Amino acid sequence: MAPEALFYVFGAVAVIASLAVIGQRNPIYSVLLLIASFGALSGLYVLLDAPFVAVIQIIVYAGAIMVLFLFVVMLLNAPHEDTDYDERVHPLLRPGPMRFGAALAVALLAELGWALTRGETGDFGTASVPSVAAIGRALFTDYAFAFEVTSVLILVAMVGAVVLARRDAPGGR
Amino acid sequence: MTPLLFGQIVLTLFVFVALLSSAAVMVYMERKVAAMLQQRLGPYLVGPKGLLQPFADVIKLMFKEELRPLAADPFLFALAPIISACAAFAAFAVVPFGAETTIFGWIPEGLRLQVADVNVAVLVIFAIASMSVYGIVLAGWSSNSKYSLLGGLRSSAQMISYELSYGLALASVLLVANSLSLTDIVNHQAGTWLGFIPKWFVVVQPVGFLIYMTAGIAETNRAPFDFPEAEQELVAGYHTEYSSMSFAMFFLAEYINMVTVSAVATDLFLGGWHGPFLPASLGWIWFLAKVGAILFFYIWMRWTLPRYRYDQLMRFGWKVLLPLAVINLLVTAAGVLYLGA
Repeated sequence: MAPEALFYVFGAVAVIASLAVIGQRNPIYSVLLLIASFGALSGLYVLLDAPFVAVIQIIVYAGAIMVLFLFVVMLLNAPHEDTDYDERVHPLLRPGPMRFGAALAVALLAELGWALTRGETGDFGTASVPSVAAIGRALFTDYAFAFEVTSVLILVAMVGAVVLARRDAPGGR
Repeated sequence: MTPLLFGQIVLTLFVFVALLSSAAVMVYMERKVAAMLQQRLGPYLVGPKGLLQPFADVIKLMFKEELRPLAADPFLFALAPIISACAAFAAFAVVPFGAETTIFGWIPEGLRLQVADVNVAVLVIFAIASMSVYGIVLAGWSSNSKYSLLGGLRSSAQMISYELSYGLALASVLLVANSLSLTDIVNHQAGTWLGFIPKWFVVVQPVGFLIYMTAGIAETNRAPFDFPEAEQELVAGYHTEYSSMSFAMFFLAEYINMVTVSAVATDLFLGGWHGPFLPASLGWIWFLAKVGAILFFYIWMRWTLPRYRYDQLMRFGWKVLLPLAVINLLVTAAGVLYLGA
């Protein structure tokens, strides 16, 4: 099959699966559809001649992160969204966060529209994505600052999660 | 159709059938070796020396009724064994098991004994291993049974914990070989030092090999790390509610995963198809012998060591194996940097 045809197959799977993620009533199916979407994205990376990025996409997103998502969904035993299990309004459903979410959605749409109408095309035909060694070198020289700052950010998030999750904190509730 | 393409297709089918039959051989081996270790006879009635026992097992499984709990999620319940089996087969696709061959001059160009020569093969294996967790988690969840759910959670927690050490052990080999392609890594191990020490990576990376094997046993959920199936606590873990062929799929996946882990260990640490006495074209005999030895070790271990406790397993994974793997990686990196690869 020609690469163009494969592009449309992977693209269609990615778009349809992503849209279906928000249409599910059962969060487990949402997680699985998101994995399918990541898998399709990984296929697109292979078509772009970037096998390393494709495999990392599977390992990090489809493998590690989504397993944690699945864990959270299963362990919290997240109820089907259509059950009327609790009459108290969830904090995220109060007017403030709802407006914030709507604002974010508008911003996303505006950005997408801006990016799509600029008419800029990247040239992926000639330049193949460099080898693993080149990626590593770039990551630790040109992008060292961004790389390190990101890891500090993740560390902060991790510490925050531990603090929030600890129920028996001394002097706490 | 070019001869090379035809050869490729035949090779793919061959690997598929070989993996299926390796599972059958493993079932027989496991029962025979277990029996020998316990001073019993093991299967001996079906066929000569009980050799047809695996076929009898499969036929029995095929004729069993397919049961599904009423409260199970029908779609995911059916999907889970498929994910497990597919992931198991897919991982072997990037494993090379012999040098290039022309099949006795039958085809003009050399055919690699590897279904797909990917230049990031090691990472592909790692990626597929991380996908196989879903089969087990979903089986546990969709069965809607307490034992299944606990088994599924346990085994996925175990696989995630040991995947880190597994990956770090792989990384230390990659540093020494300076390549992500399994074929390159194997070819790096050709020849000997001082005429008799084989240039296998197990010699330069003994700690890496131990970490890889330990994590590999945990990844494939084998004894002494077989918590998902701890029958005293969890009946049969994630596949408690499965019967007939969908149970057989999990069984198949477990054995094929063992074969893949052993084959990758052979390629990474034991020199793949390189060995003395045999010409390069017969290297696959060495490969088979090495994989067979590791598999025998697996079975031997299962009937020798008692199962750990779950908290011991977690403590060992995070507090012993992971730091050890990190130190091994650091030492290897320093060694490669200062001594050259």
